[in-house]
Amino acid sequence: MNDLAAFWSRFKTNRPAVAGLAILAAVLIMAAIGPALYTTDPFDMVGRPFQPPFGAYPLGTDVAGRDILAGILHGARISLMIGIMASLAATVFGVAVGAIAGYYGGWPDNLLMRLTDFFLTIPSFVLAVVLVAIFSPDIVTIVLAIAAVSWPSVARLARGEFIAHRQREYVLGCRALGMRDREIILFQIMPNALPPVVVVASLTVATAILTESGLSFLGLGDPNLVSWGYMIGVARTVLRSAWWMAAIPGLMILITVLAINLVGEGLNDALNPRLRQR
Amino acid sequence: MGGALRFAVVRLLQIIPVVMAIGALNFVLLNMAPGDVADVLAGQMGHATPELMAQLRREFGLDRPYYEQFAIYLGKLAVLDLGTSHLQQLPVIDLILDRLPATLILMVTAIGIAIAVGLLLGVAAARRQGGWLDGVISVVALIVYATPAFWLGLMLIVAFSIHLDLVPSGGMSRIGAGTAGFAYALEVAHHLILPAITLGLFYVAIYTRLMRASMLEIYRLEFITTARAKGLSEGRIAWTHAFRNALLPVVTLAGVQIGHILGGSILVETVFAWPGLGRLVFDALLQRDLSLLLGILFVSSVVVVLASLVVDLVYGLLDPRIVQK
Repeated sequence: MNDLAAFWSRFKTNRPAVAGLAILAAVLIMAAIGPALYTTDPFDMVGRPFQPPFGAYPLGTDVAGRDILAGILHGARISLMIGIMASLAATVFGVAVGAIAGYYGGWPDNLLMRLTDFFLTIPSFVLAVVLVAIFSPDIVTIVLAIAAVSWPSVARLARGEFIAHRQREYVLGCRALGMRDREIILFQIMPNALPPVVVVASLTVATAILTESGLSFLGLGDPNLVSWGYMIGVARTVLRSAWWMAAIPGLMILITVLAINLVGEGLNDALNPRLRQR
Repeated sequence: MGGALRFAVVRLLQIIPVVMAIGALNFVLLNMAPGDVADVLAGQMGHATPELMAQLRREFGLDRPYYEQFAIYLGKLAVLDLGTSHLQQLPVIDLILDRLPATLILMVTAIGIAIAVGLLLGVAAARRQGGWLDGVISVVALIVYATPAFWLGLMLIVAFSIHLDLVPSGGMSRIGAGTAGFAYALEVAHHLILPAITLGLFYVAIYTRLMRASMLEIYRLEFITTARAKGLSEGRIAWTHAFRNALLPVVTLAGVQIGHILGGSILVETVFAWPGLGRLVFDALLQRDLSLLLGILFVSSVVVVLASLVVDLVYGLLDPRIVQK
């Protein structure tokens, strides 16, 4: 508890990060209870298409007469969920790879890092597009495809942390006590290696949201779900007559990603205070 | 020079296993996809008896063990045989090579903008750390860094093509503009402005932040204090002393990010109807053309590998310490 208080007192000195946290909280609340309060179905044709914002419908209607506000609220759920799930999956896999490579060194390290570098080389967005196109574009595929292109940077970071710790005295002590490798990795080194990983994981949420929006802009979204990228894709053909239709969901992506990045930098400063002194 | 030459040869040989690994990935993806070539062809013929399917699978070698199929696949990749696009009825490699130049033009221009503007802004911000200019540059960089490039492109079209009518909103040239000479180059350049800015801005933000941090790091070193003590002007210190040293991490990152830029180019090309690989991806998706998609993944990965090779070689020439490692 004391740690948490110390963490918060460091975090709150970073004003942009606190602002980011407030915005992020607002978006999260919007995603959580918005669809329950504003019950219009985002796929329902509610009225005449192309109605501008601030008329009969708060944010107007789209090309098919669907309520844009309803789309924004439901889209918030999808964007955040995909961003968080993909980041979680990428973090778990990346940390596993990095932990094994860093802790054991030698040939496992060599092999895993070659694999990691390989995935860092391949144009990640192209690979994500191919993965989603090969399998059906549903939410699980999209999460896994984004995770599949996001884990390498986590793996490299985790490996660096494990290399830094594996020869420390507390680890040698654990080994001398006969502790098994698995226990040392999971319960001794992991808690120490986690702070920088948390920072990268939070920033990965932001890039995952951007990737998801790009995929659904190309028409590779889940056809049963509204997402912000999909809304931009729909509005793309009518820019000339209704620019706001594309502007609104894009602004939502921008605000959300910006908020997450600010929080991520705040976490970085608060979790790794030594770095900040430099 | 012998060391540099050996470095180049070793580095060149190192890309062979990487390209083979890209081939392996493609092979795995191809086999993970539901349906094979026989299914596709049978679908096109409109009838499929079990005998016909078996015959087709034999013809394409699909009845052989995976390792044999893989060897054949790699052999074909070695001679750039990426299969046939089943809808366009053209070799995939021809379709790709036809579009690759447009993508490379867009990418190189965007990277050029990103590096030039990013370095300039990064140095400007670092020289006035904590001042209003530093603040404005940092905030704008943060916002651009959070903006989806394809959406930014749409908004730039709204502002500069639709409302101000300054630049075209899409394509590479007008119909009937000719295809050669200086006039054509101007035409393409005019069409290139918006897509290149759209693709480049994200990296302007990255390089600005990185260059600023890198410059501030250098400013703390003793040789800068010495330069100040000698009474050199701040401008001279920034541009001749700090700049060159601060450049190294930026060049490294630029090399790493080529793949990322290529991915971004797909979205930006879709927005601007730029006739490059990105448009080809979009068309392949619409037509569910898997062999074309996989071909694009292969070629774009190889392009990235070759580009980072070039960056490494240039880097090795700039900084001899790299070669010795």
